[in-house]
Amino acid sequence: MLSVKLLKKGNGMPNTENSKASRCVEIKNPQGLHLRPGEVFTRKASEFASTVSIISGDRCVDGKSLLDIATLGATQGTKLEIEAHGPDAEVAVKVLADILETKSVDELTKDHN
Amino acid sequence: MKFVDFVSSTAIRPNLAAGGKEDVIREMTLALVESGDIQESEAESTIKAITKREELGSTGIGRGVAVPHTKHPSVGRLVGTVGVSVEGVDFKSLDGEKVNLFFLLISPPDRPGDHLRALENISRQLRDDTFCKFLKQSKTAEDIWQLLEEADNNQFVS
Repeated sequence: MLSVKLLKKGNGMPNTENSKASRCVEIKNPQGLHLRPGEVFTRKASEFASTVSIISGDRCVDGKSLLDIATLGATQGTKLEIEAHGPDAEVAVKVLADILETKSVDELTKDHN
Repeated sequence: MKFVDFVSSTAIRPNLAAGGKEDVIREMTLALVESGDIQESEAESTIKAITKREELGSTGIGRGVAVPHTKHPSVGRLVGTVGVSVEGVDFKSLDGEKVNLFFLLISPPDRPGDHLRALENISRQLRDDTFCKFLKQSKTAEDIWQLLEEADNNQFVS
């Protein structure tokens, strides 16, 4: 509730509700973006208020849906763009980019579970 | 990668008897033994490997779909099968929903790309409500095989 109040116009705080952030990443995991890192990604993405998208070429999928992420078939070396819209877009993109660029899924589960 | 490239037609199970997670994995793996895709001597270690993978995080990816899988040295190429549970199975999916549609995959340890391409194909088709609905309604293995062939011919994904 507090954050909603802060975001309202006229209280002197910057309006960050519609802020946008994006970052290009390259998949480092030799196994590619398979279900386990995908699951870590969607769980973390779902913690943010911002919408999260992953863009691959001309395709754009919901970063909070594991089914969507699985459709990317992103192997090692694939370049993707993470895009977030919302009040916590900047931090969301930073945290989520780190997940995609981690080489080992065991490292991810240690850090994020 | 198309469905017909990795789904073993005679291992398809349109009406899974199993009601639990491990039982589904067992029933579908044994279907691949019966179809000759896995040697009987490798069945138990394969079931164990798939179950162990599930312990790391459910492969129930949402919308009533699960993709239990493992890498296993006993297969020379990616093999898979399809199972449908009319009642649905508690698979500890991400969205908490019961799972009706199962795609079980076993891939050689050194072919991560094939696994990803199969996963990509399965998930793309399963985003289509019509495909999911028809799959859940399929009564025979032949119906499912025909549906997979239609999906391979891009009749569901635009």
